[in-house]
Amino acid sequence: MSACLDIRGLSAVLPNGQRVLRSVSLSVQPGEVRALVGESGAGKTMIGKAVLGVLPKSVRVVEGEMLIEGEDLGRLDAKARRTLIGARTALIPQDPLTALNPSRRIASQMTDRLVRILGWSGERADKRIRQLLDEVQIRDPERVLKSYPHELSGGMRQRVLIAAAFAAEPRLIVADEPTTALDVTVQKQILRLIAQLQRDHGTAILFVTHDLGVVAKVSQKVSVLYAGKVVEEAETAQLFAAPQHGYTRALIAATPRYTDPYASLKPVDESVLAGLTAEIAAADKEWRPSHG
Amino acid sequence: MAEPLFSVRGLKVALPDMTRKPLIGRAPLAEILKGLDFDLPKGSVTGIVGESGSGKSTLGRALVRLLEPSAGSISFEGRDISHLSEAELRPLRRDLQMIFQDPMSSLNPRHTIFSIIAAPLRQNGLGDRLKERVAEALQRVGLPQSFASRYRHELSGGQRQRVGIARALALAPKFVLADEIVSGLDVSTQAQILTLLEKLAAEMGLTVAFISHDLSVIRRLCQQVIVMREGRIVEASATDALFDNPQETYTRDLLAAIPLPEIDADWLRPKPPA
Repeated sequence: MSACLDIRGLSAVLPNGQRVLRSVSLSVQPGEVRALVGESGAGKTMIGKAVLGVLPKSVRVVEGEMLIEGEDLGRLDAKARRTLIGARTALIPQDPLTALNPSRRIASQMTDRLVRILGWSGERADKRIRQLLDEVQIRDPERVLKSYPHELSGGMRQRVLIAAAFAAEPRLIVADEPTTALDVTVQKQILRLIAQLQRDHGTAILFVTHDLGVVAKVSQKVSVLYAGKVVEEAETAQLFAAPQHGYTRALIAATPRYTDPYASLKPVDESVLAGLTAEIAAADKEWRPSHG
Repeated sequence: MAEPLFSVRGLKVALPDMTRKPLIGRAPLAEILKGLDFDLPKGSVTGIVGESGSGKSTLGRALVRLLEPSAGSISFEGRDISHLSEAELRPLRRDLQMIFQDPMSSLNPRHTIFSIIAAPLRQNGLGDRLKERVAEALQRVGLPQSFASRYRHELSGGQRQRVGIARALALAPKFVLADEIVSGLDVSTQAQILTLLEKLAAEMGLTVAFISHDLSVIRRLCQQVIVMREGRIVEASATDALFDNPQETYTRDLLAAIPLPEIDADWLRPKPPA
């Protein structure tokens, strides 16, 4: 069986030639959660956008392949590519308030994608989103469907977007920091919910996060990014048991652990970062895009 | 027990509730803080923790008297400052300093780092030896002297937060309010800033109120913790006692909700029905 998502040697550059993704390779198997973890500017959101076909115009992919369930996106024309991405993937965004249109009720926003992109009948779409609202444990769907986004709490808005993401039965969901804006108790509820739906629907998830705590709890596999480069890739349990790369070790040691205050919150050693930056600069000098 | 720098009794703060404001006329008041009692011992670092809407930032702003209490009292060094006028507060401002969450919006983009740190020094009659004082402030937070001539946009997030700390501490205040100062930072930078604040607080004998939504960052920094919820204090105790033996269900829930960077297969299992 082919991977749900397979990215091979993906590189992207800005108009000034600066590389933002550096030969990124990763795969997500069907029904698997892969975390993509890194600090700001590491390129984790960029990879999510590349998968969904929504990279900013200024970013140009110059090499590599991206396959969704074995189909090479690079071999499809723009329309076929959009259709494939639209049918098989979905996004759970970071900030539900900006992801929702403030002037439209929740109901029409949730059915929109099903009706307009997938061509479902209004009735079928309506039935489906009610079913999903029940799965995300929204007990008063009538009120929520009639609401405008600002009338719901942050946790409720995120539930709505999770329901919307799963509604069309995508094979792959890109979850881009889906709980970063939430309070910690709400975050736990939302992570549970995503895990529950992920298991029930057998959906693969590419889970973008900056938080190694979240990585440990939600994912089976993990890719650690720095400056657009995958520095380490492992099974999640393995990564925490025996991190191989110095940067990964530094990142784990910097992450706060209230159970062990003196072994955590260690500032990252500048020499680790300097070594990594030098390594990347040297590789960039050698690098010529293989095509494009 | 050290003598308290702040002594707060029955503190209530009410603010206009803009969500219920009629089209014409004043917004009705909503009580944000509903009667708080606590002390901040001199030279201690106190964590004030709560989720959004708990009133933790409002409490911080009341302590430095950016807000006036609607009831109760705030004593600073034994003097009731709850209803002082702006003119009466001015001599106290130097002693009550703040570090903000987002240094991008709290540092003036058109001013050099030098003038950002120098401005409050001038305003508080410390305009002599300005160069020396700014140099000292930069050194204290581990920034090179060459940064004095730079602008905010030339700095990384962590460096900007260091400038915020340098500005607040240049005045040698008695009290520092740090409101979510590491929430916007990457973990590696977050650890640097916390370690820096820990060191400076000890060196300078500062009294600090460290406001955070995240219990996991405060254990090492703070000697005592106040947990807030919906405008009330849920639990207040010494840090180790709070973490090792939390008394309230809410505190236990908050701790249990923090995803530790450790494998735990049960963490995501649905809660068994109570």
